[in-house]
Amino acid sequence: MIIASNVSKQFGKLKVLDNVSVNCARGECIALIGPNGCGKTTFIKTILGMVVSDSGFITFNGKNIKHDWKYREHIGYMPQIGRYPENMTIGQVLDMMKDIRRRKDGNLDEELINMFGLKEILAKRMRTLSGGTRQKVSAALAFLFNPDVLILDEPTAGLDPVSSEILKEKIIAEKNKGKLVLITSHILSELDDLITQVIYMQEGKLWFHKSINELREDTGEEKLSKAIAKIMTQ
Amino acid sequence: MKKIIKYVVIDILRNKIVLGYTAFLLLISISIFNLEDNSAKGLLSLLNIILIIVPLVSLLFSAIYVYNSSEFLELLVSQPLKRKTIWLSLFTGLAASMAFAFFVGAGIPILLYEATPTGFMMLATGLLLSVIFVALAMLTTVIARDKAKGIGVVILLWLYFSIIFDGLILFVLFQFADYPLEKIMVGVTAFNPIDLSRILILLKMDVSALMGYTGAIFKDFFGTQLGLIISFLVLVTWVVIPAWLSLRKFKHKDL
Repeated sequence: MIIASNVSKQFGKLKVLDNVSVNCARGECIALIGPNGCGKTTFIKTILGMVVSDSGFITFNGKNIKHDWKYREHIGYMPQIGRYPENMTIGQVLDMMKDIRRRKDGNLDEELINMFGLKEILAKRMRTLSGGTRQKVSAALAFLFNPDVLILDEPTAGLDPVSSEILKEKIIAEKNKGKLVLITSHILSELDDLITQVIYMQEGKLWFHKSINELREDTGEEKLSKAIAKIMTQ
Repeated sequence: MKKIIKYVVIDILRNKIVLGYTAFLLLISISIFNLEDNSAKGLLSLLNIILIIVPLVSLLFSAIYVYNSSEFLELLVSQPLKRKTIWLSLFTGLAASMAFAFFVGAGIPILLYEATPTGFMMLATGLLLSVIFVALAMLTTVIARDKAKGIGVVILLWLYFSIIFDGLILFVLFQFADYPLEKIMVGVTAFNPIDLSRILILLKMDVSALMGYTGAIFKDFFGTQLGLIISFLVLVTWVVIPAWLSLRKFKHKDL
């Protein structure tokens, strides 16, 4: 569904992405793992077209994303740090996004808005929100339009245990509907029951892209956290 | 595109600076027209104030506004929208707000007190100046990532167009006083929209007689239909080129 071929990106002298090629298929839940600053977020942003790659190309459903912007209709993106217009209320942000991204079938998924209790605080201004509540808004927006692809950058960072459980349930439910989920996280233990594949990056390079079962076989570890730790210390 | 313009305009109205600017212009123009017994004289006083205030407010407000909407831009770029649409909507929203503020604040008093060709000229150039400096501010913000740097550059731009440019011209004129520079001066004004606007308005007034030989040359060029059309084309170019450059830059910007 998403194919990246030899994507490279440089910020000044720093090579953030170095010839990254991956192939993400429908129905998979892929974890992007790697140390801090290895280019995970930049890679996600290139998929979204927020960062323009220096070389290489990315196709979404067979179309090069460089000359296409409509493909983003099929993506729900939850950023690492959700940044929203500060003097809008939650309700206004939600309404604005609905207005901008109105789907023809009017099919909206407001489950997370309800589950997170955002309905009760619609009148709160974005600048007054705590980090966790912001994350809830980001998550609710990512799932709102029933996209085929979900890109979640550190989705559970800053969420309380109850909300993070709600979000995990939601991710599993969406994955089971056959959607592609790309997820980055440093809390590997919570990825165990979510993911089907692992992409491991280091210093802008793609080290491997394997299914979780393969990884378990290769390292002889059942837990993802231990398997990755084994690879990182190798 | 309409939707985003709508949100930009709502947001600008909500932050009240533009409303304050409108009220300020209104206050100045009405008091000036009431102070002078002759409204043509009032127009002359208003001219100098407007040529200083309009570029300054357009530049500063737009630059700060674009920097403060970086979150909004980031949010929009990850949505199914063309970057071109996002940027042009932001530009249209800002330009429309600034132009509307000028129209209400200065345009309506001008139309009420001095609905002459001079008044109309002032209205037209004021509206164009508002838009020109919004475009210049947007070009600055897309080039300078850092907010403090960008706002510094914008203030320098304003200083350049309202003071330094004239100083340079005077310097050159005095240094080369022995050469016939009058015709070249007509061309040089194209490089400063504020000067161009000032000349266009002054030539509509009787005071142009005070400008000496250069004034006569200016009258020869700007007084004609063709000169007028060319001047307005130049002013429009001052909108189109910065806007186009900033759009080109924004399309490849990493957010």
